[in-house]
Amino acid sequence: MLYAILCYDSEAVTTSMSKQEDDALMGRLAAVQQKLAQRGKLGPVARLMPTKAATTLRKGLEALVVDGPFAETKEQLLGFYIVDCDSRDEAVSVARDLAAAATHGTGAYEIRPLMTFKPGPGVQ
Amino acid sequence: MREAAWIDAALTAARPQAVGALLRYFRDLDTAEEAFQEACLRALKKWSEKGLPRDPTAWLIFVGRNAALDEARRRSKQQALPSDDVISDLEDAESAVVEGLDSGRYRDDVLRLLFICCHPELLANQQIALALRIVSGLSVKEIARAFLITEKAMEQRITRAKKRIAEANVPYEAPDAAERTQRLTTVAAMIYLLFNEGYSATGGTVHVRVPLCEEAIRLARLLLMLFPAETEIMGLTALVLLQHARTPARLDANNAIVLLQDQDRSLWNREMIAEGIALVKKALSARKPGPYQVQAAIAAVHAEAERAEDTDWAEIDQLYAVLQTLQPSPVVSLNRAVAVAKLHGPDAALAMIEPLGEQLTSYFHFYGVKGALLRELGRVEDAREAFERALALANTAAEADHIKMQIDQLPKQGKASAA
Repeated sequence: MLYAILCYDSEAVTTSMSKQEDDALMGRLAAVQQKLAQRGKLGPVARLMPTKAATTLRKGLEALVVDGPFAETKEQLLGFYIVDCDSRDEAVSVARDLAAAATHGTGAYEIRPLMTFKPGPGVQ
Repeated sequence: MREAAWIDAALTAARPQAVGALLRYFRDLDTAEEAFQEACLRALKKWSEKGLPRDPTAWLIFVGRNAALDEARRRSKQQALPSDDVISDLEDAESAVVEGLDSGRYRDDVLRLLFICCHPELLANQQIALALRIVSGLSVKEIARAFLITEKAMEQRITRAKKRIAEANVPYEAPDAAERTQRLTTVAAMIYLLFNEGYSATGGTVHVRVPLCEEAIRLARLLLMLFPAETEIMGLTALVLLQHARTPARLDANNAIVLLQDQDRSLWNREMIAEGIALVKKALSARKPGPYQVQAAIAAVHAEAERAEDTDWAEIDQLYAVLQTLQPSPVVSLNRAVAVAKLHGPDAALAMIEPLGEQLTSYFHFYGVKGALLRELGRVEDAREAFERALALANTAAEADHIKMQIDQLPKQGKASAA
C-alpha cells in the first residue's frame, strides 16, 4: 500500500531558523529517507515553497483562482513523502522516524493512504 | 540541543507580534520589551520541560502581559508576586487571548511596531538599528558588530532613537486604510534599506553582511504573511530573495568583488531563485506593477540566464524603461545604460549617462560604469580619470580594490607613470 505522509508545521518558525539549523534538520531527515530508500520503500519526496507562493483554484460553477494556500492555519503543509508500507502501522512508524529526526516536537505528520499513484514520466 | 534551536526560532518568529501586542497594551517600548524578555525566560524553562504550546505567540503575549502587570503591581503596592506556575499553568488561558486578538489586530500591531522604527525624524541608520533591536530582537552587540561600531556607540544610537520615538506620540488606534497603505510603504522602504546595507555595505572592510540580508528577507516574509494581497510587498520579497541568491558568487576567495557577468552561476542559490521567480511572476500576474516588482523582474531575468551571454538584455532594457516611468531617478537611468550598452554599444550608453553626471557627482557606481564604457571605446585616459573618481568614492575596501584592479589593467598608453 502506498501512503502519503504530509508534513505540517509553522512556516513562521521554519523561515526563522538559521541556514545552518535548516541544513542540519534537512540532513537528519535525509538520513531517514536513505534508510527507506535502501529498503525500496521511498517514493517521491517534496519540500514545498512557502505558502505565499501558492495559488488555490476554488471549484464551483465558475472555478475561482485565489491567492494563497487552501487554508490559512497556524501550521502549513510544508512538504510530503510517498512511501510504500505494508500497513498503516508501518507508515506511522516511518512518520515516527521522521518526527524523531526533526526533534523539535511541534507540527504534525498526516498519514493518508493513496488512492491512485501516477509517478509520471519523470521531471528534472 | 536541537529542541533549543527550535525554541529559539519559535521565540524569534513570535517576537514581532508579541512585542507589537505588548506595546499596544502598555504604550511604552521599554515596558513591552521587558515584558517580552520576561516571557521568553519563562518560555525557555517551560517549553523545554513540557514542549511548545499550541500557539507560542499567544502564550508569550499572555505571560508577558501578566508579568508586566505583576511587576507594576509589585512596584506600586509591594504586593507579593504570584508564583510562576500560577501564571503559566493556566493551560487554556492563552486561547482566550488568541480569540480576543483577531488576525487583523495582530497585523496592525506588527505594522505599528515596524512603523515606529521608521519615524521620519530618525536617520536611516537609526531606523535600521532600531528595527534590528526591537523587531528582530538582535542584541546591541550583534547590531554594533554589523555596523562596525562599538557597542557603546550603538547603545547610544538606539537609546537616542527610542527617546525620539517616545516624544513622537505614535497613534495607537487602528489605522484607516489610507494610513495603513502609507505605513506599509514606509516600512517596505526601511526593509529594502536594511537589505541594501547588508548587500553592499556603506563602510568598513566587510563588503557583504549576510545577517543583515537574512534579517531583511525575514522581515519581508513577515510583512507578506500579514499583507498577502499587496503585490509590492510580494515584489519586495522576491527582489531580496533573488538578490541574496547571488551572494555566494559575489566575492571570490580573496574577498574581491566578482561582477555579475563573471560570477560562477553554479554558486547561486537555486532554491531562493526558484522562490523569488515564483513570487514575482505571481505578483506581476495581478497587473498592479510597482518599483519592487519591476526590480524583482529584472533580477529574475538575470537569474534565468544560465550564462552571462544568455542574458535577455532587451527584456532588461524594457523593464528599466517601465521602472523609469514608475520611479524616475538618475540611478535607474544609469542601470538602464548598462543594458543599452549591451544592446546598442558603449556610445549609446555613454550618451545616455552623460547628462546624469551632475546629479550623480558623488555616486561611486556612476564613475565605475562610465570608466568601463570609456574603456570599451578605447578612451583609456578618460577611463582612467573616471576610475580614479570612483576610487575616491569607494564605500568599502572591496570596492576600492576592484577599481584599483580596473586601473591597473588599463593598457599603458602615452605617458607611463613615473613609478
